[in-house]
Amino acid sequence: MNLTDLEVQSLLDAVHQHYGYDYRNYSRAHVKRRISQRLKLSKVESIEELKHRIIRNPGFAQSFIKDMSINVTEMFRDPEVYKTIREVVIPLLQTWSFLRIWHAGCSTGEEVYSMAIILQEEGLYDRVQIYATDLNEAVLARAKQGIYPAENIKKYSKNYQKSGAKGSFSDYFHSRYDSAIMDSSLKKNIVWSHHNLITDSDFTETQLVMCRNVLIYFNASMQNRAHGLFHRSLSNGGILCLGKKETLHFSEYQHCFTELDRPAKIYKKAYGPL
Amino acid sequence: MGASAGGMVIIRDLLMKLPANFSLPIAIVQHVSPCSDGSWAKLLNDRCQINIKEADDKEPFTPHSAYFAPANYHLLIEQEGTFTLTVDEAVSFSRPSIDVLFETASYAYGPHLVGILMTGANADGANGLRCIANAGGFVIVQDPVTAQAPTMPQAGIDAVADALVLDPTSISHFLLNLHDRKRYRYS
Repeated sequence: MNLTDLEVQSLLDAVHQHYGYDYRNYSRAHVKRRISQRLKLSKVESIEELKHRIIRNPGFAQSFIKDMSINVTEMFRDPEVYKTIREVVIPLLQTWSFLRIWHAGCSTGEEVYSMAIILQEEGLYDRVQIYATDLNEAVLARAKQGIYPAENIKKYSKNYQKSGAKGSFSDYFHSRYDSAIMDSSLKKNIVWSHHNLITDSDFTETQLVMCRNVLIYFNASMQNRAHGLFHRSLSNGGILCLGKKETLHFSEYQHCFTELDRPAKIYKKAYGPL
Repeated sequence: MGASAGGMVIIRDLLMKLPANFSLPIAIVQHVSPCSDGSWAKLLNDRCQINIKEADDKEPFTPHSAYFAPANYHLLIEQEGTFTLTVDEAVSFSRPSIDVLFETASYAYGPHLVGILMTGANADGANGLRCIANAGGFVIVQDPVTAQAPTMPQAGIDAVADALVLDPTSISHFLLNLHDRKRYRYS
């Protein structure tokens, strides 16, 4: 199946116009692959036909929108990164008397709770306000509930141990049938809200931005926009944590940050004017 | 290039034969354990004349280099010649998946692409090879007889009937030959 750029653009324009979801600045390779999968799965002959079905059938449009959004996450994902957060980032955060932390693109919340656990163990939780945002209301609702399949807990518990655990993972959730619900003490200082990295504006005076494996789905220009958003939202000396295979190296904002830890992709906002 | 079981040795030997000025950039998916830390690429870099590294997100795809997909990420190629890494669900039970690399490379490069599928014990890569062939690209499959695990190359041959089937030595000759012709054309 040959997908021309014009056809793809026209499809994305239609999705944006009719449903408000904007994938025009997503990684084009990712978008094309997803479209091609949807064509095969729904046995649609052409991208033109796919466009018409999406416009006419909101139910079908929802499945397309689901194709585009990726919500793969886990607690203490890349545990060595969380170990670095404990060892390198926490001591820096301790220098502020009050902290704002922004989890941008928090998906179903696993990494937000991971961070909350670390903040509790390091004695910082009570002077922290955590903002967890995502553009997808459905995943945000699940994040807020903090209920996860019990079958995942074993892996999360292992990750937690590798992250430099100071307690027992079982203290942080309650098991019920085949689910585990996160302890309410972790939720106390978390505000869950809708935020779109493509269209919404900055947060103010944030000391830590966590945004791991979210921007990889954007194209280079939208990544730049998001890096700028983070830069403006961070206070001087504030910290940005990206995914393990992301880098600011190819960004316009490369020089606005210094590298705090290379393997963990943790950056610090440089002091002074741009 | 894509390979799975038995691929490491063949890819190593292939890359070690390439001269420093080898002008065709190479993207590689070799199935590895999810906890692999990329030290293999670093090790290979010391032993090869071209640059060998794991790809970063949005890194430009440049000549004289070979890029590996990192463990646990799909490797995609953008039209503008940069990489994207994603954490989507596994494809053909694999992440990274050869199908994902081949499919997106075929979008980006169409007829200016060579896809090489080698030894492996599953069928990842066969669909991707078909995408490359349909977009006018050139398809090479390792002769299954010479493969440690013949399932993957056989699936490749089944998917693209007119694929060029070569043993590993002939694959490296093919690449060196392509490099010489390209040099000749531009000199």
